[in-house]
Amino acid sequence: MDNVSIIAVASIVTAGFSTSIGCMFPALGEGKSVSTALSSIAQQPDAAPTITRTLFVGLAMIESTAIYCFVVSMILIFANPFWTHIIAK
Amino acid sequence: MKLSPDETIFWQNGFFTINLTIVTTWALMLVLVIISLIITRRLKTGMLISRWQCILEMLVITINNQIEEIGLKNPKDYIGFIGTLFLFIVTANILIILPWYEPPTGSLSTTSALAICVFMAVPFFGIEKSGIGGYLKSYLQPTFIMLPFNLISEITRTLALAVRLFGNIMSGGMIIAILLSITPFIFPIVMKSLGLLTGMVQGYIFSILATVYIAAAVHDSKPSDKKNLISTK
Repeated sequence: MDNVSIIAVASIVTAGFSTSIGCMFPALGEGKSVSTALSSIAQQPDAAPTITRTLFVGLAMIESTAIYCFVVSMILIFANPFWTHIIAK
Repeated sequence: MKLSPDETIFWQNGFFTINLTIVTTWALMLVLVIISLIITRRLKTGMLISRWQCILEMLVITINNQIEEIGLKNPKDYIGFIGTLFLFIVTANILIILPWYEPPTGSLSTTSALAICVFMAVPFFGIEKSGIGGYLKSYLQPTFIMLPFNLISEITRTLALAVRLFGNIMSGGMIIAILLSITPFIFPIVMKSLGLLTGMVQGYIFSILATVYIAAAVHDSKPSDKKNLISTK
């Protein structure tokens, strides 16, 4: 394989893996935090606004890790610096 | 495929570039300012107020309450900054219901500008509250060993703020673009309505996180404030 196809294969495979793994674990974490928040709202309905706000902030924090993986895979597919470098040569 | 509205360039001359992001941002700013000017031109205090004034009052009161719940005691000092962030991001994200509109928050340059604003606002409010010494002391907060970690967290949270907003909005647009080429009939609309929800939540999250960071910088001076209060009483 020449350099171009090595870079293409590596970028595509890495992009797929980074999105899939980066979606899996944040999903687990979000499920866990939502279930805990739901059970605590069921126990204390009075504290629902505070719990909901904290839950949203926490979910955004967890979600952002997935977004980082997504951004990395988008860069690998659509704006790959190594690819442009090797094409420009 | 276009990753961001930065790539649509209208005019370019040397260092200066006018692209779709800048045009949309200025248009949004104009819309927000003109609407607020028109509404606040005739404010009334009686029983009968116009419905637009009612909407504006609801917005301001809600933002004030949210800021106060997080722990900033005088929300009036902060609503100018945090409320503006919230209104700008939410308007920018909600307007995706208009056709051919590209949200400026889907470009990394806009979101990093907003994140840098937060990065600058934290020391500003901290110094305003407790002086330069008091603010710098907050970096040594638990012990002086935490100094490098505090400095690193200052940088990384700014980066995270920028990339989070950019990634969420950009991914929404990207998913719609991909779905349009696969199933162009109903699914893009569903994803677009999901994009409305995401845009709202992201605007909320961005302003809440800015409030939390400012509250953390201001809170560190709380014990001395209490002492002052007690001594003056």
